[in-house]
Amino acid sequence: MIGERSPLFQLTLARFREFVRQPETVFWVFAFPLLLAIALGIAFRNRPPDRVRIAIEAGAGADSLAALLSEARGLRVEVLDSSTAARRLRTGRVALVVVPGDPVVYRYDSTRTESHVARLVTDDEVQRAYGRRDVRAVREVKITEKGARYIDFLLPGLLGMNLMGTGLWGVGFAVVSMRVRRLLKRLLASPMRRSHLLLSFAFARLVTVMLEMAVLVGFGILVFGVPFRGSVLTFAVVVLTGSLTFAGLGLLVASRAQTEEGVSGLMNVVMLPMYVLSGSFFSAANFPDVMQPFIKALPLTALNDALRAVMLDGAGLAALALPFAVLVAWMLVSFGVALRIFRWL
Amino acid sequence: MIIACHGLVKRYKDVVAVAGLDLEVSGGECFGLLGPNGAGKTTTVEMLEGLLTPDAGTIEILGMHWATHEHAIRERIGVQLQETKLAEKLTVAEIVTLFRSFYREGHEVEAVLDVVQLGEKRTAWVSKLSGGQRQRLAVACALVADPDILFLDEPTTGLDPQSRRQLWDVVAEFRARGGTIVLTTHYMDEAERLCDRVAVVDHGKVIALGTPKALIASIGAEHVIEFALAEGVVPPEEEALLALPGVREVRTHAGRTSLTVREMHSSLPAVIDELERRGLGMTELVTHQATLEDLFLHLTGRHLRDA
Repeated sequence: MIGERSPLFQLTLARFREFVRQPETVFWVFAFPLLLAIALGIAFRNRPPDRVRIAIEAGAGADSLAALLSEARGLRVEVLDSSTAARRLRTGRVALVVVPGDPVVYRYDSTRTESHVARLVTDDEVQRAYGRRDVRAVREVKITEKGARYIDFLLPGLLGMNLMGTGLWGVGFAVVSMRVRRLLKRLLASPMRRSHLLLSFAFARLVTVMLEMAVLVGFGILVFGVPFRGSVLTFAVVVLTGSLTFAGLGLLVASRAQTEEGVSGLMNVVMLPMYVLSGSFFSAANFPDVMQPFIKALPLTALNDALRAVMLDGAGLAALALPFAVLVAWMLVSFGVALRIFRWL
Repeated sequence: MIIACHGLVKRYKDVVAVAGLDLEVSGGECFGLLGPNGAGKTTTVEMLEGLLTPDAGTIEILGMHWATHEHAIRERIGVQLQETKLAEKLTVAEIVTLFRSFYREGHEVEAVLDVVQLGEKRTAWVSKLSGGQRQRLAVACALVADPDILFLDEPTTGLDPQSRRQLWDVVAEFRARGGTIVLTTHYMDEAERLCDRVAVVDHGKVIALGTPKALIASIGAEHVIEFALAEGVVPPEEEALLALPGVREVRTHAGRTSLTVREMHSSLPAVIDELERRGLGMTELVTHQATLEDLFLHLTGRHLRDA
């Protein structure tokens, strides 16, 4: 069973060779996530918060108020006539419009974070200017900690997304293409064991996944200084579980598809919701509470959570019971259903 | 019998692809299924290969049945399917090595590559091979098992004459070493050249069975005269042509008249005289030995290639 004459070894070798001899897959698997990480890392690099633009409506007291507020940190103030101010507010060019007088009027959209901040800062300055005194001394300690930056959040998400994409495409597309080319049928005409073919997909994935992770994680650590606080072993277990789960999903979407176009469509249907919902690029906590149980049940959410927990929090296996349960459940169901409904010819 | 099947039936929805087909193939024989596209040849061999399950009928391969001895049968047959595209980015040797690994016993990869004359291409990717080379590679994947039976489904369709002859050599060599071959084709010359016996298949049934020689002889005439007249000219009526010496059968198809005759030397002058007497000018005159094509025409009134 083992050695050069082993069918499982030969099948795995063939899968692996086909993978590395395809320049475009090598690009999508290795280069694309790196480029994405670089682009997003640059776009969202850490820097002091932008000053918020506000407008003061021209009229009595406008200039003195402008002089007062322009001293305030974090605000950029201009005096505008009322119609211009209203238009800029509507189009989001300014976050808040102040109308001087008694009472002072703040005009803003309370659902915009920026406007909300502008209101707090502006009001603080206005109240102080009219004589309010702070009643309690405060002291500020500012930190920039590795692990709390956007790139630290992003990299595990990109790893998860990459594992999903390569698992689904690597298995699903390859299976359908073998079916379309009648290669599956030809293999069935030989004494090859069907289980060997399926296992060869899994084994070839494991080898490529190791390479993918080594490249992406290594890049993240060296270039962006992303922390890696957990154990390599725990990380490897998470990655392997995740990649097998998505290999199972790949097999499931490929189990009956008769054309490569058909399986591509199905794969996008499976992946798109997870791209958006599973917290690869931004925290899934941004979605409403009613959606959370559903989002938590998605395999990519579980994988992303587990990867972040290991890399950023140094979590051990015991702390990852829930994401593991989700991944393993998906894995078993996918493989089980796929094998039952799989169309060989 | 190496292969025996009886009463095979296969339906696809409302189309009957194979309609009650019996075959027996003995060891060391090259057996041909000859028929036009859509005759049910591929469906028949794929049932024999255990890839399709017949709706009715029995199949016995090497004394075993698919239901009970699938793995044992697969170890001993070699299969080339119509239209299999092997992995484009693997090399010739890699693919044959892969197929070799599936079989407990078989030939050395290098030896098989020599047999199919792909030794020089052993490190070439499949994507770089010509049609003939790809087809020989497909046969190599079947031969590497050192099979008792080799199934070939239209092995030379679409190949140039030289590639066809190279493939025929491979088949002949396997046959010479005592192997049994089942091959489908819609080329009558291929069947005549390679096959010990031929089953002519049409509409999912065997309509004639025997050695190519016996089948051709069954038309009752060994020669064919074909002529064409200028466009718009009405050929002589069938009765008049049948009255000529030695003419056994008359058929008109697409402006050509074809006569099967027993003896060329007495019939040919008579036909020419008759046409001259009527003042009908010929634009073409062809004579040839009767072939399986003529048999098919005789049996079905259609040509193999355009049936």
